[in-house]
Amino acid sequence: MNTTTHLLYLGTAICFVLGLHLMNSPATARRGNQLSAFGMAVAIVLTVVVLIDDGIITATAAVVLAVGAAAGAGAGLVAARRVKMTAMPQLVSLFNAVGGGAAALIAFADALPESVDQPVSTTLTIFLDVLIGAVTFSGSLIAAGKLAGVVPGRPLTFAGARPLNLLLALTALVAGILYTTGVGGLGTLGLLTGAALVVGVLMTLPIGGADMPVVISLLNACTGTAVAMAGFVIGSTPLIIAGALVGAAGGILTKLMAVAMNRSLLNIIAGGFGTGDEQGSPAVAATGTVRTVTADDAALQLAYAGKVVIVPGYGLAAAQAQHEVVELAQALTSHGVDVSYGIHPVAGRMPGHMNVLLAEANAPYPQLKDLDEINPQFAATDVVLVVGANDVTNPAARRPGNAVSGMPILDVDKARSVIVVKRSLGHGYAGIDNELYTNPRTAMLFGDAKVALTSLVNELKAYVR
Amino acid sequence: MTPVLLADITVFVLSVLVGFEVISKVPATLHTPLMSGANAIHGVVVIGVMIVAASLDTTIGYLLLFVAAAFAAANVVGGYVVTDRMLEMFRR
Repeated sequence: MNTTTHLLYLGTAICFVLGLHLMNSPATARRGNQLSAFGMAVAIVLTVVVLIDDGIITATAAVVLAVGAAAGAGAGLVAARRVKMTAMPQLVSLFNAVGGGAAALIAFADALPESVDQPVSTTLTIFLDVLIGAVTFSGSLIAAGKLAGVVPGRPLTFAGARPLNLLLALTALVAGILYTTGVGGLGTLGLLTGAALVVGVLMTLPIGGADMPVVISLLNACTGTAVAMAGFVIGSTPLIIAGALVGAAGGILTKLMAVAMNRSLLNIIAGGFGTGDEQGSPAVAATGTVRTVTADDAALQLAYAGKVVIVPGYGLAAAQAQHEVVELAQALTSHGVDVSYGIHPVAGRMPGHMNVLLAEANAPYPQLKDLDEINPQFAATDVVLVVGANDVTNPAARRPGNAVSGMPILDVDKARSVIVVKRSLGHGYAGIDNELYTNPRTAMLFGDAKVALTSLVNELKAYVR
Repeated sequence: MTPVLLADITVFVLSVLVGFEVISKVPATLHTPLMSGANAIHGVVVIGVMIVAASLDTTIGYLLLFVAAAFAAANVVGGYVVTDRMLEMFRR
C-alpha cells in the first residue's frame, strides 16, 4: 500500500470520528452522518482503484463481487426507504446481523487457502472474528425476529438449554484453540462456526422483549468488535478503527441501558425473567384503592392545567400511538398549556427509540426531556399523563428490598395529579405492583393507548377551540 | 509480536478510547440514530470483502464472496440511508 492510499484511508477514519462527534446535537447530527457516509464512499472508491491497480483479482471474482454488492445495496436501500419508524429496531438488528456475518465470512475467505502457513497472530484473530461474527449473526437474527414478532417476544427456554449452551460454547472454544495452534484445519473452523451460530440462537431466545434495548446495544458492540478483528486478519486499518469506534458506541449504550433498567449485564444474558409485554393479569393491586377517571374528566383536567408532562412508555410504542399523543400535545400547546415529554432511557424497544417515534410524529425536539432534565420539573407540574409506562414510574424503586429498588425512575408522583393510561393493572417486566396506581393523586384511564388518546383528543375539543 | 501487529493493536486501543470519548457526549434523544449510524460505519467491512476478493479463485471462495459482498453492501447502504431518514425528522 503506498503513502497516498494510506493517507486517504486515514482521512476516511477522520470522517467517521468527526461524523460521530457531530451526533452530539440534533442540529448537526444529519451533517455528521453525511460526513461519515462521504468518508465511506471515498474508502470504497479508493479500494476499487487499488484493486484495479494491483490487478491480482480474477475476472470472476470481480464480477461476483460487483453482482453481490449490487444485490445487497439494492436490498438495503429498499429496506431502509420503506421501513416504518416503529419497525426501526428490527431493521437495525438485521443490518447488525449482516455486518457480523460479513466480518465472519472475511475470516473464512482468508483461511481458505490452507497451503499457506498462517502465523498464530492471524489464526487467533480468525478464531475471534469467526466466533464473535457468527454469534452476532445468529443472535441478531433472533433479536430481529423477536422485535418483528416473528419469534415470540417472551423468554423461550427449554429443559437442558443451559447445559447445552455451555457444551456448545466449550466446543467452540476448544475448536478455536485447535485452529489457532494449527492443530485443526478448515474442518475445525467449520465446527467452530456451527457451534457459535447455535450459541447465538440459544443466547438470544431466553431474553425477554423488554430487555431488547440492552441486547441490541450489546450485539452492536459485538459486530464492531468482529469487524475490528476482520481488520486484524487482513491487515486493514480502516476496519480496525471503524470496528473499534462501533464497539465503543455499543459498549457505552449497553452500559447506559443496563443501568437504566437496574439490571446487570450477566443477569440479562442469563435471561428468563423479562417478558416485555405486560401480562395483562386483571388482578387488582394488593393494597389501597384505585381511582378511575373518564376521558371527559381527564380532558377537562388537562385543558385547565398550566404545565403538563407526558410520560410515554413501551405500551405507547407497542400500540403505535405516537401520532395520537403528539396530536393531544399540540392541541394543549395551542391552548397555552406548557407541554413536555419525560422520556426514560429505556422507553421503547431500542435506546432512544421513543424520541425517534415522537420526532416522526412531529413533536418539536425541545419538548423532549430526558430523565435528569425532567425530574426536577415534576414538583411544578399540574398533570402528568403516563401512557403505557409502568416500572419506570414506580416509587417503590426509592426503597430497598424489591425488584425495582435502585432503578432510576421518573418522579411522576411528585406532580399535583397523575393520569395513567393503561390497559389493565397488570404488572410490568419487574412483576410487582406499581405503587403509583394506588396513590390518592393518581387516576387511571383504562384502555388501549391509541383508543384512549383518540378519545382524549376528541373530548379536549369541547374545552379547547 | 511483529511490529505490524503491535501497530494494529495500538490503533485499536486508541480508537476504542476515542470512541468512548466522542460517543459519551451524544444525548439520549439521538441514541437510536447513533446506533444506526454506528451500524452503518461497521459497513466498512465492505472494504474488507473487496480486499479478500483479490485472493479468491475457487468456487467455494466465490460463493463466500458473493454472500459477504451482499451482506456488507446491504449493511453500508441501508445503514446510512435509514440513519439519514431518521435524522431528517430531527431537523426542526
